[in-house]
Amino acid sequence: MTATPKYNFAYLDEQTKRMIRRALLKAVAIPGYQVPFASREMPMPYGWGTGGVQVTASVIGKDDVLKVIDQGADDTTNAVSIRKFFEKTAGVETTTETGKASIIQTRHRIPETELTEGQILVYQVPIPEPLRFLEPREVETRRMHALEDYGLMHVKLYEDISRHGHIATTYAYPVKVDDRYVMDPSPTPKFDNPKMNNSPALQLFGAGREKRIYALPPYTKVISLDFEDHPFEATKFSHPCELCGARDSYLDEVITDDKGGRMFVCSDTDYCEKRLAAGHLGNSGATEAAE
Amino acid sequence: MSALNEQPLLSAQLISKNYGERVGCQEISFDIHEGEVIAIVGESGSGKSTLLSVLSTQLMPSAGAVHYSMRDGERRDLFSLSEAERRFLLRTDWGFVHQDARLGLRMGVSAGGNVGERLMAVGWRNYGAIRKEAGDWLDRVEIAGDRIDDMPTAFSGGMRQRLQIAKNMVTRPRLIFMDEPTGGLDVSVQARLLDLIRSFVTTYGLAAIVVTHDLAVARLLSHRTIVMRHGRVIETGLTDQVLDDPQEAYTQLLVSSIIQA
Repeated sequence: MTATPKYNFAYLDEQTKRMIRRALLKAVAIPGYQVPFASREMPMPYGWGTGGVQVTASVIGKDDVLKVIDQGADDTTNAVSIRKFFEKTAGVETTTETGKASIIQTRHRIPETELTEGQILVYQVPIPEPLRFLEPREVETRRMHALEDYGLMHVKLYEDISRHGHIATTYAYPVKVDDRYVMDPSPTPKFDNPKMNNSPALQLFGAGREKRIYALPPYTKVISLDFEDHPFEATKFSHPCELCGARDSYLDEVITDDKGGRMFVCSDTDYCEKRLAAGHLGNSGATEAAE
Repeated sequence: MSALNEQPLLSAQLISKNYGERVGCQEISFDIHEGEVIAIVGESGSGKSTLLSVLSTQLMPSAGAVHYSMRDGERRDLFSLSEAERRFLLRTDWGFVHQDARLGLRMGVSAGGNVGERLMAVGWRNYGAIRKEAGDWLDRVEIAGDRIDDMPTAFSGGMRQRLQIAKNMVTRPRLIFMDEPTGGLDVSVQARLLDLIRSFVTTYGLAAIVVTHDLAVARLLSHRTIVMRHGRVIETGLTDQVLDDPQEAYTQLLVSSIIQA
């Protein structure tokens, strides 16, 4: 048996971290602009958050407390494996509590608990280019960003309305950052879009396969695109979370049996558990208590 | 045509374009005034399309200049404009109708979205207004209102071409470039399309530069004709004059090679 291999702190070597930090600084300086960076091969497949992991590895320090979520949950595969990765390579403290974390790496959700100054939210981004599915040429999309030529983005929303009667894009809903760049907020549900606006936390976006980094500095204006007569609307749910009764959180549909049974529960597990601990009960909780 | 007294809308001076050793077009000069239609005719490889690409700023000329009177009346050298200004010009004051509609349309976007794109690009943000304007223009190019949400892939060749024209006309351009607009269409569809273009030219005072190898198109549409061969202009004049009384041997050959139906 050989000894356990020794990793540099947070896996990446220091030169790579410097390179990524430079990209991050540029990204923070130009909110919403996609900065190319020399994305490294990571010990996990593309699509598992290689971009987010590289960003986290570059900003994390020994005193940081890390929280990792996957669709709001702390206990699903992606979240667990990335948390373990940093426990092993950086030896930092980890948490599931939003309030205690200094860095939160996320795959497609923003925690329900309001973020505060000093916190960093790191997004894993699959496709950073909001114009990609409308304009396949990278040279052309870059030119469109440079010239602020964003008519095409509204064509997509127009098509939505003409087909569905309303803007049917529910995730990766395009936003305009600081009145300049149109940005893909990664595939977060549009429910979370308003939370990006004027957030006190620093938001960093890493796309590993596409080799792009972009950022929203704290208190940046982030506006969801829309039409005057079809304004942006965040997703609303007709029922509360069945476990904790929350009416203000994003809900996941959970299939409970093979007879069509299903329930809607908070996607943010930390938020739901906190509420349960505080004594809030939803429908299923109430019936269980009555039994 | 009172416009002839005013300064030209677009004026090309000694334009040359070489592809390395090969000549695209050489020392071409002409003016076009508001409301005027010019046909550029010639056989394949005579430099017609190269000239059109240079005039519409899609290619940089090797030598020469193109001046254009902007909407505010100012005359500008097209190749001194910034890219942003050129793009703005191309999607507001100009139109470009391609022979292959697939180049001019977004095939994955509905007819209404195609027409509305230019409006959204210049800042329209009211869905109802965009849709109404798009519907109006589809109506003007004789595309039924209930096809507004159909994809161009579901349209016939003639309809695609008309859709392309609507897409270009929606910002009321003053100059439209056409590259073989009737190519590949059958004769009756061609006639309908030419009628439509003619009516737009008279209704909206549109100027057009039409590249074609079809002399019938030149005769029907254009006031003046430029005949090109081997990258040079060999004959130019009023269309009827050039076609009825060609002076150059090559033009005579071109005119006489039309099959009389």
